[in-house]
Amino acid sequence: MAPVHTSTAPASDGATVPSESRGAALGNLVRRPETGALIGTLSVFVFFAIFGGSQFLSAGGTASWLNVAAELGIIAIPVGLLMISGELDLSVGSVLASSSMTLAIVSGHWGAPVGLGILLALGLGLLTGFLNGLLVTRTGVPSFVVTLATNFGLAGLTLGLSRVITGTTSVAIDPGSPAKELFGTLLANKFEVAIFWWIGVVLVVGWMLHASRYGNWILAVGGDTVSARATGIPVPKVKIALFMGSALGAALVGVIQTLLYNSAQVANGQAFVFNSIIAVVIGGVLLTGGYGSVVGVVLGTLTFAIVQQGIYYTGWNSDWASLILGILLLAAVLMNNTFRKMALSYAPKRKA
Amino acid sequence: MSEPLLKLTDVSKSYGATAVLHDISLEVRPGEVLCLLGDNGAGKSTLIKVLSGFHEPTSGTFEVDGKPATFKSPRDAGEHGIACVHQFGGTFPLMSIGRSFFVGAEPTKGWGPLRRFDRKFAGEVAVREIRALGITRVTDGDRLVGGLSGGERQALAIGRAVYFGANVLILDEPTAALGVKEAAHVLRIIMQARQKGIAVILVTHNVTHAMAVGDHFAVLIRGTLAADFRKGERTREEITDLMAGGEAMAELEAEIEAYQREHAGQVPDPAELEQLADHQKPTA
Repeated sequence: MAPVHTSTAPASDGATVPSESRGAALGNLVRRPETGALIGTLSVFVFFAIFGGSQFLSAGGTASWLNVAAELGIIAIPVGLLMISGELDLSVGSVLASSSMTLAIVSGHWGAPVGLGILLALGLGLLTGFLNGLLVTRTGVPSFVVTLATNFGLAGLTLGLSRVITGTTSVAIDPGSPAKELFGTLLANKFEVAIFWWIGVVLVVGWMLHASRYGNWILAVGGDTVSARATGIPVPKVKIALFMGSALGAALVGVIQTLLYNSAQVANGQAFVFNSIIAVVIGGVLLTGGYGSVVGVVLGTLTFAIVQQGIYYTGWNSDWASLILGILLLAAVLMNNTFRKMALSYAPKRKA
Repeated sequence: MSEPLLKLTDVSKSYGATAVLHDISLEVRPGEVLCLLGDNGAGKSTLIKVLSGFHEPTSGTFEVDGKPATFKSPRDAGEHGIACVHQFGGTFPLMSIGRSFFVGAEPTKGWGPLRRFDRKFAGEVAVREIRALGITRVTDGDRLVGGLSGGERQALAIGRAVYFGANVLILDEPTAALGVKEAAHVLRIIMQARQKGIAVILVTHNVTHAMAVGDHFAVLIRGTLAADFRKGERTREEITDLMAGGEAMAELEAEIEAYQREHAGQVPDPAELEQLADHQKPTA
């Protein structure tokens, strides 16, 4: 600090220690936003490792929850990013179904090249996300309402058009090589290739949120939109891009599922609407925006997947999985609030 | 006298049919603190929003350094060296100090797709600038802004504006939410900015704070510039009067006097006084 200014420092603050102790690793860990999510993931893993036994811990058991986590994660990561910016996306269910049907109709029913079908499916997702973002930023209607409307509207459109074009609500497709290998195959007969897509999404989005300058913009937009605008951040553009991101994630899962099961159905995907929000919230993202991390969302997704699949290995009725998830969601939010308070109430230690 | 940094001529602003500002003409000079005073609803916030580029004026002209300018967005105003700091510092409670300091102008390192936010540099600069404003409790740029006190957040926001080359600093009620000690600190920071040749526009309700740092005072009443005077030209009582609504208070005093005359010098009891005061409230 410049010596010129030292005279203005209040005398009472003179005892501050500038160099911070690096030994307080545990203290720093506790102040990370992901700590609550990490405890959640470890707890459910240990719980089901005990009650699910060796079956749960086997390669098959691991694949079962990893596959669920991968598909959910591809949607939950961009949805989490959107939620950090302070918006919700409830339209991912219909985006998934519509892109899935688009691929099946274009490449299965009409027999066009699979590559074209995939491009159109992803393009439709991007378009829906763009419309969501445009409506939210232009009209000021809460994204909860806008995307809820999109979810219903697009569901109706998908059902209606599918019946008009194909006469059914389920369309088969023969993806062939290399689309099948790239999107919808099982490695070692167990692990979905989607796991690698998920890892890719995590790396790209993680870089964007935590390392690139755009991450700072997203945090700022969610933290205080007015101040963010005052600093010159193009708030509407950021939000529209994030809506397109979450829709693209949903469309990608639509493509993956269609190519994995060799068919598409109009009712696919609605479970992802709330499951993605649950994963994001368990992962420590603040519902009102401005706070969260990609690692947290990954942990939240894993927790969700372990509970949903782990229950089958315990021999209990799977009806109980939702009860556990409900309790876990509430517990996670309470725990995350505590860790956030600890992060905020931090003050540098003074010499005694 | 030095050339004005910012000059407003006959600036008006209306929202639809409602006129909020009428023909405001003001000059802001480097190294001066302009105190913008006025009751709630007098148009202070609108004037600040016009100054900082959030709203475009309906009519009137702006000059920056003698050259005409128009602000279409806060970014435009920022490029002309005008920065606005809001009551709560306009900062992001859940962001780190370093990130918050550089929002919208992030320092990056590396090349091409590997260009990344320079967290270390951001944290170091933020802590250095805040400490330069006399806040020595802040030592770690990775800590969250929410852990700072109100005065520290103001220091962060002011330090940020100064670092990015602001030469007109608009402070909207910076001391309103602060305790006595913290407010004094913020006033010291204002004086430091003034010494650096920065023009400060200070919006406040607190006469003591305004008198302590102000060189130039402008009073807004119902969207018009009711008074524009320099330090020493008015007494504290006159300023208080103006801030409390000016004429309205004078009229109230006149009525109390009239009452005293009618009632042989008797002072009205509190209930009657309240009635008088109610009667005086503007009927807008």
